[in-house]
Amino acid sequence: MSGAVLLGHGLLVASALFAIGLVGVLVRRNLLFQLLSIEIMLNAAAMAFVIAGARWGVADGQVMFVFILVMAAAEVAVGLALLLRISRRVPDLDGDAVSGMGG
Amino acid sequence: MTVLFYLAGAVALLAAGLAVSRRNAFHALLYVVVSLLAAAVVFLTLGAPFAAVLEIIVYAGAIIVLFVFVVMMLNLGPEAAPRQHGLLSPATWIGPGVLAAVLLAELVVVITTAGGDAVAGDAVGPREVSHALFGPYVLAVELASFLLLAGLVGAAYLGSGSRTTGGEG
Repeated sequence: MSGAVLLGHGLLVASALFAIGLVGVLVRRNLLFQLLSIEIMLNAAAMAFVIAGARWGVADGQVMFVFILVMAAAEVAVGLALLLRISRRVPDLDGDAVSGMGG
Repeated sequence: MTVLFYLAGAVALLAAGLAVSRRNAFHALLYVVVSLLAAAVVFLTLGAPFAAVLEIIVYAGAIIVLFVFVVMMLNLGPEAAPRQHGLLSPATWIGPGVLAAVLLAELVVVITTAGGDAVAGDAVGPREVSHALFGPYVLAVELASFLLLAGLVGAAYLGSGSRTTGGEG
């Protein structure tokens, strides 16, 4: 299956998607955009698992995709709850403004 | 099938790149939705239909809706009305709309050539994935359920109003 799609090309797409998300985390200072970029990076990692699983025709790639999906769901729930808490103190959601811990 | 894969991959990369470079959070969300839909088409062309369906239901359906809720909550204020009006202008949705139309065309090709070679022949379907999930990976499934419970409790605590910390609670 998918013998026409080379494994390297699929992994190239996944790694490029990961790089886009990494650039988003590093460049944007808005916490909402950083969370979105983390979602893009998680999606790229899951895509690499699915592509590798499809290359050898086994179900393990999609199993790891399900686990990454669960992890992303838990991460985004806690992350957005934290974002709402932070938005009361920093209305413009600047990540640099909450770099210190006020004990 | 190969053309479908490369086209969907290009759409995913383009939409992700546009998403992280938008100034408006809602525009970025529209592009992220398109990027996730393109990733689902990539999974479908690779012969992973279960992953494609989960990608749409959980990622584009649940996680992005959470983001939309938060963006809408943060936008509340006197300036919300003109911003809502701006969301209806064609400049907002024409980019994601064109990219989504490309994905729709791919979907039409996949459906109309059903039984053909649009989708890989020996696809790994939900049956194999389920047998693997509840066979050798059953311990990891239990751990994932623990993680979801911890995320639920954490989000519920963090979102439960302004509670004073340090006191007897």
